[in-house]
Parts: sequence; C-alpha cells; structure tokens
Amino acid sequence: MKRWNQRQIMLAAAAFAMVFLLGITLVGVLVKEQALVTDFSRKNLAPCRRYPFGTDWMGRDMFLRTLTGLSFSIRIGLLTASVSAATALVMGVASAVCGRYVDGLISGLIDLVMGVPHMLLLVLISFAAGKGFRGVVIGISLTHWTSLARVLRAEALQLKESQYVKIAGKLGKSPFDIAVKHMSPHLLPQLMVGAVLLFPHAILHEASITFLGFGLSPEQPAIGVILSESMQYLAMGKWWLAVFPGVLLVMVVRLFYTIGEAMSGLTDPGQAHR
Amino acid sequence: MRWVKKCVRMAVLVFLVSAAAFLLVSMSPLDPLTTNVGQTALGSMSQEQIEQLQAYWGVGVPPVKRFLSWAGDFLRGDMGISLLYRQPVAKVIWTKLANSLWLLSAAWLLSGLFGFLLGILAGIRRESAADRLITSYALLTASTPSFWLAMVFLMLFAIGLGWFPIGLSVPIGVEASGVTTADRIRHAFLPGLTLALTGISHIALHTREKMLEVMESEYVMFARARGESPGRIVLHHGIRNLILPGITLQFASISEIFGGSVLVEQVFSYPGLGQAAVTAGLGSDVPLLLGITVITAVIVFAGNLAADLLYEAVDPRIRRGRRQT
Repeated sequence: MKRWNQRQIMLAAAAFAMVFLLGITLVGVLVKEQALVTDFSRKNLAPCRRYPFGTDWMGRDMFLRTLTGLSFSIRIGLLTASVSAATALVMGVASAVCGRYVDGLISGLIDLVMGVPHMLLLVLISFAAGKGFRGVVIGISLTHWTSLARVLRAEALQLKESQYVKIAGKLGKSPFDIAVKHMSPHLLPQLMVGAVLLFPHAILHEASITFLGFGLSPEQPAIGVILSESMQYLAMGKWWLAVFPGVLLVMVVRLFYTIGEAMSGLTDPGQAHR
Repeated sequence: MRWVKKCVRMAVLVFLVSAAAFLLVSMSPLDPLTTNVGQTALGSMSQEQIEQLQAYWGVGVPPVKRFLSWAGDFLRGDMGISLLYRQPVAKVIWTKLANSLWLLSAAWLLSGLFGFLLGILAGIRRESAADRLITSYALLTASTPSFWLAMVFLMLFAIGLGWFPIGLSVPIGVEASGVTTADRIRHAFLPGLTLALTGISHIALHTREKMLEVMESEYVMFARARGESPGRIVLHHGIRNLILPGITLQFASISEIFGGSVLVEQVFSYPGLGQAAVTAGLGSDVPLLLGITVITAVIVFAGNLAADLLYEAVDPRIRRGRRQT
C-alpha cells in the first residue's frame, strides 16, 4: 500500500472531520422532535444497547438530546465565529491602514477587552443584554475577535510596507480602496484559518456560559443545559448524564481544531515540504 | 519616567474597564427597584417610600453622573453594599479573594512550571515520542471544557472513591479556628488540579513551538557541530531564548486562570471570587459584580506590568538598550 504523506493525511483528517460535524449538525436538527419526547416509563436508564447514552429523569433519550444540543451549539458557533471574524478583519485592517489615532484607539480597545477575563466579560455582557440566546450571541461575538484582529493587524502592517501598496497610495487610491482591493486578498487565508479556529472557542464558551446559567434557557436543547442539569444528578451516581455528552463535546471541539490546523498547514508555504 | 508612563496607562485602562463595565450593567433591561425590592414589596409601599428607594438606586439620574459618583466612592474605598451578602462589597471581595488567591496562585505556578518543562521536552525533537505524547495531551485538554473536567474529577475522586470532599473550602460544621491547613488543601486539591491541568496545554504548546524554532536554528546547529552535548544545548541555547516568551505566556495566563476559576469554583461550590461573580450575575447584585470586575482587571493589568518589569530583570539586551537612550 502506498504510504500517505503528511499533507494527504491532513487533508483526509479534515475531510473526515467536516463530514462528521456536518452529519451531527444535520442529524441534530432532524431528531429535535424525538429528543424532546419525555417518557416516564423509561426514566433514569443506564446506557444500554437501545439508549447508548442512557436516559434522564424525564425519560428523554440522552443520545438524541446530546446530538440536538451539539447541533445547536455548532450553529451558534457558526454565527458567532463569523461575526467575530468579520469584526476582527475590519478592526485589524482599519488599525493598520487608518493612521496612528485609529490604531491607538483600536489597540486600546483590544487591551480593554483582553483585560477582563473572558468568562467574567461574558457574564457582564449577558447580564447587560438580558440572559438568554441574545446575550450569548452578543457576548461571544464581542469577546472573541481580539486575538485574530491582532494577527490581521500585524499582517496588514507588513503589507502596507510592500511596494505595490505604496505605489497604489502614490497613485491616489484612498486607504479604503487599498484595504479592499490590495490587502484583503492577502489576508483572506489568514482570516479563514482564524475563523475556523474561533469555532472551538466559541462553542466551549457558549457551553460554559450556559452551564453557569447565564446563557440559553433550560428549554433549549443546548449542551451547556444538559451538563448543568446533570450536575444535580452527579451525587446520585448518574454518571452517564455528564460523561457521554461531555466526551462528544470534546470530540466536536477537537475536530474543529483538526480542520483549522489542516487549513493553516496546507496554506502555509513554509510547511509545504512536510 | 517610563514606569510612570506605564502606570498611567494602566490606570487609564482600569478606569476604562470600570466605565465599560458600568455602562454594561446600566444597559441591563432589569429595573433596579423590581429586582432588588421585589414586585410584591413595591406594591405595598407608599409613594414616598418608593421615591426614596428611587433616589437610592439613582433612577432617572443620567448614567454618566451615576458612574462618576460610583467611581468617586470606589476610589475612597467604598464599593457599595452587596445586595446578596448584605455586607460592604470590599469586605465580600477580600474574603472571597483570600479563599481564591492561594488556590489560583498554586494552579498558576504549577501550570506555568509544568507547561514550560513539557513544552521544552516536546520541542527538543519534532515527532519524537515525547513530542507526540505531550502534544496530544495538550491538544486534548485544550478542547476540554474545564467545568466538565471538574465534574469528571468530582465524580471519580470525590463521589466514587471518596478521597476528597465534594465541595466548599472548609469542612462543614467545624469552627473557623478548628480548620487546619490540611483541611484547606484537601478541599482545594481537586479545583486546583483541574485548573492546573487545563492551564498547562496553552503554555506547553507555545513553548514547544518556540523550542522547535530554537532547535532548528543555525546557532544550535553550530553548537552541535562544536560537539556540545544535548543537555548543554537545551540549557544554554534553549532555555535562555525561551525565558522571555515564557514570562509573557505565564503572566498572560493570569486572565485565563481567573476565567477558569469562575467555572471550576462553581462546580466544586468553592466560595471564591469566581463563584461570587456568578452569584452576583445571577442575583443581579450590581455593586458586587462591578467590584469584582474592577479588582480582577487590576490584577490582570498588574500582571502585564510585572511581566514588563521582569523582562528588564532577565534580558540584559533590554536593560542596555534603556541605558543608552
């Protein structure tokens, strides 16, 4: 059998991860109705062949509930990661292109957001926005753009020194034109990788803030809700309520990292030989 | 002169953080009277009483004015009264911080030390057995939510095996004077372990990256050609170049440890600052929430400042550069 090289392995892993995640997202949407069915004749069942993740105290199938929750989390992640990535692009490019004052302002803003621990800031924002879906989405979108913005700013600063950007400036192009026409194409790969790597953070923080009780409301089938409910049943030995959903969550997050790493590895010419 | 500038910058940032936090909490759709006094209690009050309460909560006063009066009091050390604990906010924060501080600093130091060592070990040679092992561990913990890990530890070691208490920072039903250090350590062990284990991954991965860079550099190749032993190379060329980024990582992780403590303390019902923040947020205890935010921001910024200070102490190049200018 032919041995695959690193790049092919990466590509295959990323493809597998994508199919898997897409599958979870779709299946989660499809089984949503079934996941909410309560049946007290089968409550508190330990994992068995029929219910691989067991059932909870209302007789809901934990496997289906977990899938639905993860699917919901992935979709929230998609929304928040895109908003954060877009914010990061605007902020990063603006701070590199629009002169010293804007740069100072945006750098200050980044320091400010990073000065408060993520979780605390999320608590504050969801408090301000009223707890629930809206608070989570606003909170995660507003807190996750900073590090990517820094990366993009550094990249844009480098581009700014390149000959063709300087020439475009001398030819009388406005900073906005330069940013859109000459810089964004170079920033796009960085942005894509950054956006994909934002995903796992967004999902983890969404689960965490929901777990604390600030995020999604208990009726919503979210992974954070499942885990925070299972807290109450830990002492009674219902370990499956917490263990399996958590393991699946870790897997989903890990797979997002795999995709991100594969993308950055495959687009980075410095690693082409590996 | 430079230090004055840095301190001023830090003060400005703290001021801005508190202003932003104040803006956020005053944007909350919750009405201070209904949340703090209760709908039923309000209904039974006379108009006069309600007006008094409105004056107390500053209803109708513009946010900027309210912020300035709050900030002025804060600077004088009066952070207001916590609504949930019915005690001055400053007092609540100090008790909680005292509980959290040594848990957090232990986790912080351990994760920094082990992260650094594991990162070096992994970075000596790409794709070595140690590298594979450490990298997979770090990647796995990076994808694990700390609160879930805390729950698993709680299930395994506290409920299942009974090695550690299930929660709190001191045994139940024992007077404060009767609590021994051993009791405290037993209670803080699992939360600390969770924080340290999840904190390692970030530091280890970055240190590894840096170490690989060093080991693949030309000066290390030259050192090898001169016949220096691997141990000497790591000690003299590796660690020296890793100390600066290591300091940055270590002090930047203060913020992460604080963030993690919010979750982990909640799982272990450990009465620290993180748990107080959650309680304050859920119970709409605005003065306490603001106080915690500002104090945390001060600690995080002070950490950044300390990192800057240490750079100069560690790196002769930075010191020399200063003297010349």
